[in-house]
Amino acid sequence: MADDEQDIILSELNDEELTLQMHDDLYDGLKDEIMEGVNILLERGWTPYDILTRTLVEGMGIVGIDFRDGILFVPEVLLAANAMKSGMSILKPLLIETGAPRLGRMVIGTVKGDIHDIGKNLVAMMMEGAGFEVTDLGINNAVENYLEAIERDQPDIVGMSALLTTTMPYMKVIIDTLVEKGIRDDYIVMVGGAPLNEEFGKAIGADAYCRDAAVAVETAKELIARRHNSVGS
Amino acid sequence: MTDRLSRLLSQRDWLLADGATGTNLFNMGLMSGDAPEMWNVEEPAKIRALYDGAVNSGSDIFLTNSFGGNASRLKLHNAQHRVAELNKAAAEIAREAADASGRDIVVAGSLGPTGELLVPVGPLTHASAVEMFEEAGAALLAGGADVLWVETISSEEEMRAAAEACANLNAPWCGTMSFDTAGRTMMGVTSTGLAAFMKALPHAPLAFGANCGVGASDLLRTMTGMVEAAEGANLIAKGNAGIPKYVEGHIHYDGTPELMGKYACLARDLGAKIIGGCCGTMPEHLVAMRRALEETPRQAKPSLQQIEEVLGGFSSASDGTGEAAADAPKRERRRRRT
Repeated sequence: MADDEQDIILSELNDEELTLQMHDDLYDGLKDEIMEGVNILLERGWTPYDILTRTLVEGMGIVGIDFRDGILFVPEVLLAANAMKSGMSILKPLLIETGAPRLGRMVIGTVKGDIHDIGKNLVAMMMEGAGFEVTDLGINNAVENYLEAIERDQPDIVGMSALLTTTMPYMKVIIDTLVEKGIRDDYIVMVGGAPLNEEFGKAIGADAYCRDAAVAVETAKELIARRHNSVGS
Repeated sequence: MTDRLSRLLSQRDWLLADGATGTNLFNMGLMSGDAPEMWNVEEPAKIRALYDGAVNSGSDIFLTNSFGGNASRLKLHNAQHRVAELNKAAAEIAREAADASGRDIVVAGSLGPTGELLVPVGPLTHASAVEMFEEAGAALLAGGADVLWVETISSEEEMRAAAEACANLNAPWCGTMSFDTAGRTMMGVTSTGLAAFMKALPHAPLAFGANCGVGASDLLRTMTGMVEAAEGANLIAKGNAGIPKYVEGHIHYDGTPELMGKYACLARDLGAKIIGGCCGTMPEHLVAMRRALEETPRQAKPSLQQIEEVLGGFSSASDGTGEAAADAPKRERRRRRT
């Protein structure tokens, strides 16, 4: 314990201070403190949706910006995301109960042959942190797995990840299958992974290539908004 | 007895390593998603052709087809019980190819990442990781590898586990990391950080450096930082032949043989001792690299600006080391909870 710093008692902070403190605690990956903070705000009568957006989503937004800017790296972001998840575990059932508005739904997975899922997990966590519902298919997904999940979950977004030169082309196999079935345009397709780039994403027919998890969240929000606009018009 | 790589390092000014494994195997018909390591027993002639591609292009060192040959990766293909078999086969074919060449060629047993996160950020324990690397490494040595070659690592924890496995096997080894995120590795390791880390290891590697990453320019920027911190250690530069593009159903890297020749000379002039390619680097690139290294006299250490002019721009503003990193805007902290 640091000598010149006193412990903060979360329950003694007012709403505004507590919100800021929770942003800091998320940034530092302090799981227990996040759970405590969520519970305090629930007791104070905040709606689950407000807690989600004003503490967790906003806090993860700060983490995302510093990740995008090369200030934070994967280990720190993982810790933050885990803290976020612990808060989310309290809120999730309440959000469903209260019929809170939904941002969108995503099905995500690492493609066939690829075991690397660190980046994909980050995207899934940051998307959840941003308020999306995420179905994570895990690693090594053949096209059938994607089709099944799409059928079942009716997502807005299909996300694919690959880390190897040997597995990248499989993303095209999946997109081509969606095209064959005539359902490609029903979904936003986002791709990512260390060896990819924007041009590659275009060439295989994805809607977007996302450089990292922070960019994935920004892109997802933008594309969903655009889609709603076009559907509405 | 001195190992083969140590001997070559002491005799030669530079050594040419090999290029891509995955990209080459694709061109021979490997399907996306399949484990390349299976071909060590199912298609040995093609693996021999892969090795011969490097050998006949003038490589002094080439890596075995065993990048994904650890238990964690092979589990994906339900082949976790075949680690010893697949790694040994990879090295045996390599040994034959090297011995048949009539030149003094180093067979480097490739050990790629487990694909899992290690404690404290992930579930894989140090002991399990050591065990996995040791299992694969022992088989590579049994098959005739001269040196173990740990590559494309992102975290210090995983490199430490691999280093310990090499120490347990009493094997000479080399280690490289992939610097692909704002100049650092995905897990935040800097070029200078890797140099300091490697020098502090009890069973030091014969050489260390960078492989894969973003493109040839970025890799040389990484080398620039590493040379400063390495204080005369043997450095390895194995960069990708440019950036991957999707052309007519295939992955094509946009770096030409001529460009990779220039890259090789710049790497040497920066102070790298072992120079090779990574993804997208085909035999014709290696031929051009060897010729360029032989024909181009050594020049002064290139500046970052010169690297950019010859090879193209960098993917991020800085390499994440030194003052640039220290100056990164620190968030205004509230009181830290302890």
